[in-house]
Amino acid sequence: MQFSPVSCEHRETMLRAVGATEIDELFESVPEAVRLGRPLDLPDGLTEMETAFALRALADANTPATALVSFAGAGCYDHYVPAIVDHVIRRPEFFTAYTPYQPEVSQGTLQNIYEFQTMICELTGMDVANASMYDGATAFVEAALMASRVTKRHKVVVAGSVHPEWRVVLRTYAASGNIEVVTCPVADGTVAVAAAAALMDDSTAALLVSSPNFLGHLEDLAALGEVAHAAGALFVVSVNPILSGVLEPPSSFGADIVVGEGQPLGNPMSLGGPGLGFFACRDAHLRQLPGRIVGRTVDVDGRGAFVLTMQTREQHIRRERATSNICSNHALNALAAAVYLSAVGVEGLAGVGRACVAKAHYLRDALLSTGTFDAPYSAPFAHEFALRYKGDPSVMHSEMLGRGFLAGVDLGTIDPGMDGLVLFAVTEKRTMTEMDAFVGEVASL
Amino acid sequence: MTAEDARFPKGAPARGPRALIFETGSPESRCVLAPELDVPDVSLDTALAGCARVQAPALPHVTEGEIARHYHHLASMNFGVDSGSYPLGSCTMKYNPRLNEDVCRLEGFAGLHPYQPVGTIQGALELMVGLADALAEITGLPGVTLQPAAGAHGEFTAMMMFRAYHAAKGDVRKRIVIPDAAHGTNPASVAMAGYEVTTIASDANGAVDLDALKAALDTDVAAFMLTNPNTLGLFDPNIVAITEAVHAVGALAYCDGANMNAIMGKARPGDMGFDAMHINLHKTFSTPHGGGGPGAGPVCVTAALTPFLPGPLPVRLDDGTFSVGWTDRSIGRVRSSFGNFGVFVRAYAYILALGGDGLRAASEQAVLSANYMKEKLKGTYPLPYDRPCMHEFVLSGSRLRKEHGVHTLDVAKRLLDYGMHPPTIYFPLLVDESIMFEPTETESLEDLDRMIDVMLTIAGEAASDPDLLHGAPYSTPVRRLDEARAVKQPDLRWRPSSAR
Amino acid sequence: MNPADLRYDKEHEWVRVEGDVAVIGISDFAQDQLGEVVYVDLPDAGDELVAGDTFGEIESVKSVSELFAPVSGTVVEVNDELDTASEVINSDPYGAGWMVKIKLSDASQLDALMSAGEYEAFVANEA
Repeated sequence: MQFSPVSCEHRETMLRAVGATEIDELFESVPEAVRLGRPLDLPDGLTEMETAFALRALADANTPATALVSFAGAGCYDHYVPAIVDHVIRRPEFFTAYTPYQPEVSQGTLQNIYEFQTMICELTGMDVANASMYDGATAFVEAALMASRVTKRHKVVVAGSVHPEWRVVLRTYAASGNIEVVTCPVADGTVAVAAAAALMDDSTAALLVSSPNFLGHLEDLAALGEVAHAAGALFVVSVNPILSGVLEPPSSFGADIVVGEGQPLGNPMSLGGPGLGFFACRDAHLRQLPGRIVGRTVDVDGRGAFVLTMQTREQHIRRERATSNICSNHALNALAAAVYLSAVGVEGLAGVGRACVAKAHYLRDALLSTGTFDAPYSAPFAHEFALRYKGDPSVMHSEMLGRGFLAGVDLGTIDPGMDGLVLFAVTEKRTMTEMDAFVGEVASL
Repeated sequence: MTAEDARFPKGAPARGPRALIFETGSPESRCVLAPELDVPDVSLDTALAGCARVQAPALPHVTEGEIARHYHHLASMNFGVDSGSYPLGSCTMKYNPRLNEDVCRLEGFAGLHPYQPVGTIQGALELMVGLADALAEITGLPGVTLQPAAGAHGEFTAMMMFRAYHAAKGDVRKRIVIPDAAHGTNPASVAMAGYEVTTIASDANGAVDLDALKAALDTDVAAFMLTNPNTLGLFDPNIVAITEAVHAVGALAYCDGANMNAIMGKARPGDMGFDAMHINLHKTFSTPHGGGGPGAGPVCVTAALTPFLPGPLPVRLDDGTFSVGWTDRSIGRVRSSFGNFGVFVRAYAYILALGGDGLRAASEQAVLSANYMKEKLKGTYPLPYDRPCMHEFVLSGSRLRKEHGVHTLDVAKRLLDYGMHPPTIYFPLLVDESIMFEPTETESLEDLDRMIDVMLTIAGEAASDPDLLHGAPYSTPVRRLDEARAVKQPDLRWRPSSAR
Repeated sequence: MNPADLRYDKEHEWVRVEGDVAVIGISDFAQDQLGEVVYVDLPDAGDELVAGDTFGEIESVKSVSELFAPVSGTVVEVNDELDTASEVINSDPYGAGWMVKIKLSDASQLDALMSAGEYEAFVANEA
């Protein structure tokens, strides 16, 4: 199947118009030495029906978490997405459009982004937010880089309780030499505040933490914010926005930059991508904010309108001195998040958060009471917690899979230092019946 | 009241943006209700150690119907590929197939958790391996990472791999050379990778000035970054000499693959001597632009660079099953999980549908359509480089400026009145008042002729009534914006009216 | 056109000498090329300027340009009005649009600058 509407006859018309008799004449500027000179070694094209069947076969060869009773989290979560969300993002005016560089015909996209920016500011308590970034991990790194630019310092201290993958991404980026990364030790599943303070000095640009952290625990943001500011560094906090209806935002604890992974807001898990990085900061640092940003203005007739603004920060103007090399944002995922937040509203968001917290606490108590798990940590948590399985967690995991359960994330598969720990996340989708069944089954192994 | 007024009553909805979603609905409006708790409730203050939220965030109060209308109106103000021709140079705004939108939503794909056991995601791994293999064949570069989320992200990833490659040889190189015609992400990515940028001028034919390149190359240069075909839509005839010169000093050659739509099945960057490149799935492989994203920027590299690929990598095992592995000198990760999987599904479906011959035919038509438009327009708009182009070409609006005081910006804004999206303007910087057209292969001859007619009509309007163009557009939801005001009086979010 | 009592450099800056203080701004040609100025990033009082080095940036909506010091010296005053009314650089580049005043460290550097006539010829050549 192919999508060009040009008929053979019209192809001939065009060839004549350009003074060629066959198409290869237009490729004469390609030196012969590099011409492929053979067909691509790929299968022949398929009809639409065949393509659909091929993709379905690949999809059917997976057992999605959504078809199981899943307690897997660790940065990607299974929440209910209201039907209206997908209907909106399926509109071709949204998904086939380009970046809104011609604002006169892009007010739909631009207003979406302005509303999304507002929602992120409301959830995080910060002054200004950008139009989104690729995912939470890269937004986290961009926050470290921004802090370095703002403070003109080179080192960042990252909590060891932040998602291990995010810390790997941070180290990968740091190999450029643009920043130096120091990891702060963890005690009882949270950042050791005194240890963090000991690592800060006048070369520290930022203290980076997440709350809840990778293990689901709440960090002492008030104390950590003070540690950061006492050293003249910025305080960077990553949050899970689904909890923004029930958890106090980091702005209340002096956060200078707030980032996170926005997938839980109206986006499917989709094997972890595309996700939704969000990024918010204080007004004072606006000029160092990376990524696109939309502002409001008027047109020549005085109509209110939206436009990409502060573009001199970006790569297409400032090139090697840009705040970031980022060109894209995750506009369609941001749109899904905005529709989701409109659909659930403030009560819905608080309700989802409350359900997640209540159900997670219920499950943890139930699992501990079976005697098959230990509680390695006592720190407060929201909707995610780690327990130590008394047997071999990989055996437990595969047994439970056979019984229709995704028994959390076996942390030994992500970080060998966490071997034996299982991370459970509970979302509003999990019913008490499902949880009771899970507890019963796992206890009987 | 005259007859005119009656036809367009005052109460009719105005053009342009209306109420924000926050200003829509009423305090009692609800869409999705909070779930009922079937477990015992908890005291949030206790559970969350005193960190329960005190002041609720301001979010919209709207019913589903109000949401539907709000976004319907927003959509009505937006121009997408489905709306009409969208010939943005270097963006490849080709048609986005609908089947691709369906298959990426299959529960077997959308419902996958990134940490599910490998045995439960065999189909997803097979898809990623299949996509990587197809990209390797198309590019001629065997090592593939699908991780980067966008082209710029891919550029950065490759620069970091280059850094690791040189470091592994005990070689510390500090500079990367790029041509002045490069897209802004190129130098920005170089800086992000901790390198200095050295810029070289292009020659009179818009190609790399080989002498300037050789003069700039020394053992302090880690790499040379080039777009080929270049940002003028021209294939560099010296490409082999270029990559040879780069290799002669032990540097690496990087290809910005944004213009891959010109050469699929005709030539492969790996065969030109490039060591690495990125592909924009949202350009060449039809995945939608989404209003700015998400896209994907897989990176393809030579065997010598493969050990440095970020991970984890989906792999096919000898027994035919699929798993996940790491190379022995991986640079690490450039993002969480495997990459933009939802975008991979769309791109893979496109590749299966077109097949090898279909991809080649797509590139051939893209090139033919661009040359057709170029021939028809070059008499009216100066063509700085009058040679056969590839899938895009650059005209100059300088004649209109000199003779009628009409800038390329005015031409672009007037195109909007004719129901067309303008081409790329003011890039590349090499050409004065540049206009870069990339029609793509999914425009019909009628569409191309229409674009040509409109451009010629506008050239005529420039001569007869330049002020008309200075004031364009007239018929769009909003007209020209005060962009200076947007910078000087930043209004970047809505605020609730009650004091906070 | 370009005030005769000023000196000009190749980066389109002008200098007005008032005793041992040099007032610096950008020329009418420069502001016209830039379009509406939306932001200027200037040094602080006490900062050192070195002739030929950059001392700040000037932005329009779609461009950023560096500002190059025509002469060396220490900044004694910065035009605060530009924080809220950057467009005065466009409307009055030689008067209210001044950017910094510096205490000259080497008055002989003025000799290397162009007169109004020389600058006009330079601009005509560039176009």
